[in-house]
Amino acid sequence: MKKVFDNDFKRAFLATVPVFAGYMVLGMGFGVILQSKGYGILWAFAMSAYIYAGSMQYLAIDLMSAGASVAATALTTLMVNARHLFYGISMVDKYKNMGKRKPYAIFALTDETYSLVCSEENVRGIENREKFYFLVSLFNQCYWVAGCVLGSIIGSLVKFNTEGIDFALTALFVTVFIEQWCSTKNHTSAVVGVAVSLACLLIFGPDNFLVPAMIGITLALTFLRRKLEGRENG
Amino acid sequence: MDRSYDALLVAVIGAVTIAIRFLPFIVFGGKRKTPEYVTYLGKVLPYAIMGMLVIYCLRNVSVVAYPFGIPEFIACAVVAVLHIWKRNTLLSIAGGTAIYMVIVQMVI
Repeated sequence: MKKVFDNDFKRAFLATVPVFAGYMVLGMGFGVILQSKGYGILWAFAMSAYIYAGSMQYLAIDLMSAGASVAATALTTLMVNARHLFYGISMVDKYKNMGKRKPYAIFALTDETYSLVCSEENVRGIENREKFYFLVSLFNQCYWVAGCVLGSIIGSLVKFNTEGIDFALTALFVTVFIEQWCSTKNHTSAVVGVAVSLACLLIFGPDNFLVPAMIGITLALTFLRRKLEGRENG
Repeated sequence: MDRSYDALLVAVIGAVTIAIRFLPFIVFGGKRKTPEYVTYLGKVLPYAIMGMLVIYCLRNVSVVAYPFGIPEFIACAVVAVLHIWKRNTLLSIAGGTAIYMVIVQMVI
């Protein structure tokens, strides 16, 4: 029988520790706000287990309490979560041999999980990468659900000022960005990502810039393909 | 209180999210070899996407109206300095978030 708690298991757990912090904080923030709008612990559990998309869950609270239409809700979700298409595209090869674990790994491919499974650094020396990807996905969702439920409980007991707590998400991405920046000599792709996003933000505004930015980044990287593929790292 | 409409909205949000997450794997994930172009994108996109996500998180910050994005700038700088210095993700996130919360709750 194969050992479950082997080295890969340990590595997967250690890799997810930063997300644990981020998800507990963000999840609790979500649970607290949800509770303050009159949706209890069951809603916190169901939404974090089934939707499992941080910023979209925060938005869902607004949509629900405003009684938004089904069409508007679907469109908002599409716009906000379209960035997940990118994650899928870059994981198609890595998740190829996931077998039975594949559907769950795809379902659970959040921003934070992606930030862990996309880096070669994290899987260096891992014996069973498929197991590592699966466990990272599973651990992260456990933290998220636990955080949301805990927040819901806390929100029903005490009132406190959570303003600014959502900065944890920004902080997480900043650290991943720095990690990636230091892991490669060629910063073209990182610079393209920031520059195109900033330009689109200025042109299209905060509510509509994400889709143009994704198209712009894809186009820019396509044009730069010959130059970037000459070297090993993007 | 009738919550069935809310449940419908949750169902829609979840279904759209799941569809988005599965789409690339359905289109490119067959038995065939992944097109080289997609493999290339898979290699270079992560760097660009993280940059995009940072901007996405900061999208509602205004640099022309009070407080001019200063809290976000300070907090991001704290995260960056902490991270380059200690390379401890947990410390960087906790430190930056704590400072940000103090600034927006007590200073501004």
